[in-house]
Amino acid sequence: MNIRNQLAANDGRRRLKNQIMCAFLFLAAIVAIAPLVSVFVYVVQRGYQAMSWDFFTQLPAAVGSSGGGMANAITGTMVLVALASLIGVPVGICGGLYLSEFGANSKIASTLRFGVDILASVPSIIVGLFAYAVVVMPMKRPSALAGGFALAILMIPTVARTSEALLKLVPVHIREAGLALGIPRWKVIIFIVLRGSMGAIITGIMLGIARAAGETAPLLLTAAGSQHWSHGLDQPIASLPVQIYTFAISPYDEWQKQAWAGAFVLVLFVFVLNIGTRLIIKRPTIAKD
Amino acid sequence: MGAQELEQSSLLIPEVKSRKKRRDVHAGDRRFFWTLRAVALLILAVLIAIAVQLFLVSLPAIRHFGVGFVFSTDWNPVRNRFGAAAFVYGTVVSSVLAIAIAFPISLGVALFLNELAPRRLASAVGFLVEMLAAIPSVVYGLWGLFVVAPWLRTVFEPMMIRYFGFIPLFQGPPYGVGMFTAGVVLAIMITPTISAISREIFRAVPLSHREAALALGATRWETIRLGVLNSSRLGILGAVILGLGRALGETMAVTMVIGNRKDIALSLFAPAQTMASLLANEYAEASDDLHLSALATVGFLLFLVSFLINSLARFLVWRVESRQKEGAPR
Amino acid sequence: MAQTSIILQTKRVNAYFGKVHAIQDVSLEFRSNTVTAMIGPSGCGKSTFIRTLNRMHEEVPGARVEGEVLLDGSNIYQPGVDPVSIRRRIGMVFQKANPFPSLSIFDNVAAGLKLAGFQRRTVLQEVVERSLRQAALWDEVKDKLKAPGTSLSGGQQQRLCIARALAVSPPVLLMDEPTSALDPISTAKIEELVMELKNEVTIVIVTHNMQQAARISDHTAFFLMGEMVECDLTSRIFTKPRDSRTENYITGRFG
Repeated sequence: MNIRNQLAANDGRRRLKNQIMCAFLFLAAIVAIAPLVSVFVYVVQRGYQAMSWDFFTQLPAAVGSSGGGMANAITGTMVLVALASLIGVPVGICGGLYLSEFGANSKIASTLRFGVDILASVPSIIVGLFAYAVVVMPMKRPSALAGGFALAILMIPTVARTSEALLKLVPVHIREAGLALGIPRWKVIIFIVLRGSMGAIITGIMLGIARAAGETAPLLLTAAGSQHWSHGLDQPIASLPVQIYTFAISPYDEWQKQAWAGAFVLVLFVFVLNIGTRLIIKRPTIAKD
Repeated sequence: MGAQELEQSSLLIPEVKSRKKRRDVHAGDRRFFWTLRAVALLILAVLIAIAVQLFLVSLPAIRHFGVGFVFSTDWNPVRNRFGAAAFVYGTVVSSVLAIAIAFPISLGVALFLNELAPRRLASAVGFLVEMLAAIPSVVYGLWGLFVVAPWLRTVFEPMMIRYFGFIPLFQGPPYGVGMFTAGVVLAIMITPTISAISREIFRAVPLSHREAALALGATRWETIRLGVLNSSRLGILGAVILGLGRALGETMAVTMVIGNRKDIALSLFAPAQTMASLLANEYAEASDDLHLSALATVGFLLFLVSFLINSLARFLVWRVESRQKEGAPR
Repeated sequence: MAQTSIILQTKRVNAYFGKVHAIQDVSLEFRSNTVTAMIGPSGCGKSTFIRTLNRMHEEVPGARVEGEVLLDGSNIYQPGVDPVSIRRRIGMVFQKANPFPSLSIFDNVAAGLKLAGFQRRTVLQEVVERSLRQAALWDEVKDKLKAPGTSLSGGQQQRLCIARALAVSPPVLLMDEPTSALDPISTAKIEELVMELKNEVTIVIVTHNMQQAARISDHTAFFLMGEMVECDLTSRIFTKPRDSRTENYITGRFG
């Protein structure tokens, strides 16, 4: 068997290649998280420098004068997200419920699942175009309503898919137990399955809100922006992301500083929501065997 | 048909004493089922409405310019001449650039986390990578504009121009904002997508394939190549295509770092424009009908491409996952 | 039987999964060109034990091994020994056939050689044919070497895996319940194969099937709850075992 002796001939090279490739994989992991660290450090550092009490209570300052804040943008984002949730949450949850409870093997359900996936991947600017045509054009001006409508569409797939995935974790025997008592199926679903997995529903909503709160492109077209307090839901409204964008691309140093402060608040909000959902999922609110 | 599914998907409702009551039970269930289904189908309706609406608005421009729309680089709202070639080029090049950068990194992270890292480290690093996906686009734009672009302009681009300037792609002045910067920022944004899906694919590869390689005397890397990568090529392709879909439609970050110039420059360091960033810049200000219609056509094209790409990717990932499931009952 | 030399030997091997002590102080000898069967009730540690012989056990997260395993007199657990070189010399066949799904029959068998850097087509062809013949699969697949390995039947796939292991000419071959997922006919083929192969390799086989051990092995070791109760000539184990626990097991009183 001369082959047996030759097998070890390349061992050194193979070991070296193994080490190089493993080092590359490790390096890739570092390179991948480096931007996160960089974004986080810059946002925290520059954002904190520009942060003050005024940021949360004042309107944006005029060009040239320092100070000012994004109070209108922060409340604007809250209003927009609330409007979006009003439509997006119920529709999303119904979608998730339908898919998890009745979506086992039907064609309609798998088409729907596909549709939800596609909707989730439609570029957000396209959703903005749609909302522009459906709400802004008839009303003849950008408005909080139009912005909320666009954000709702973006929110729906996130809420639907998250709640579907987590509702499916509810063990079958819990449903069986309810049904065996002679309780109608819809009551079982609403009072046992749904209530037993509030964590799942809240997770879906939080992720949906996190997505909606950071969206900028559709709001440029639908809610526009504003340097003032909103005068009503049918009027243009300021929002944190649009304000960040406007200030970031402006040539004024003061405004750019404010943009970092805005980014700080936005990132903090989104991170808190994301980390919060993780804690909910990890904690066994969902009954296990 | 709905009732039939209701029966199939549910566990049979137990016999109830009186017939009348039993019918009531079914009626309640049926109402519930149809309500849910109606609301759920609303989601599909929205998707269809988006497509139809975009198409209708873009009809005038399609009629006016025909296929030439995507080949002409002349975009002039003042003279009412519209051609989208520059934006199609910008979208394609910036996305391909993003994939070229993100692909090896994402795959590397996914393999590191699934195959090499101890479990605790893997879940910590995995969490961080997922957080990358949570950062809003506008924040990436801000960071790209004030951190990445200056660095590229002062350090990286001059270096590339100096050493690789003989290649036309790396000629011209270093702008900082431009196609290359957009590609870099996009790459960072799609890394979580590609790595998350790749991890799913790798997780679906049965342990027995890795053991087969190890038992043959494969090194760790050879085990990854032979036991993991070999059987997940289709799935990885799906993950990359999904990342591509995300890159094509990304708007804010690109708008902020690409420089928004409406023609084609050979140099990667020169400013450019993508379809999505064009829409963000001009749509709210367009007043002329043909201008609006031309923009809608760009939107419709973007929608169509992202629809096709995402369908293809879903199909690939779905096929791989279902094949793994039936092929490997461990 | 005692005339052949000892090729593989364990000295007080202990194996752990985290805090679970799965194998306790197992010392065994394996002689060249023999078949040794590991029997015992499920969960007794026999599979874990053979995975310590080619350093596969340590691939499980949290698993570790203590003690010595001597291959041709040198300890495979000595610091500085590369497990890769050990696994090349001690081949392994698993419970469930696991051909590489995207490789052809040919490439599956040639995989070990290609890893080692063999590229010459003629050499590969020669070795692939020899290995497939050794695994009694050549006649069935010689016309479709380019077909995917997974296109074969279950029994053929298992023999393909045997051929793949044999291609790198290991002096020792470990088989972890290789027939437990197969039908009786495929099982008979593999058993026949094992008896022929022992002229060239030393075989250690784990089996849950006592008749199989009786049919094909020269020596049998009986495992119970992580301990090796006794090891002897197969004929003696099945006729007059020294330990009452072995007797209880083979007469079917438990397990």
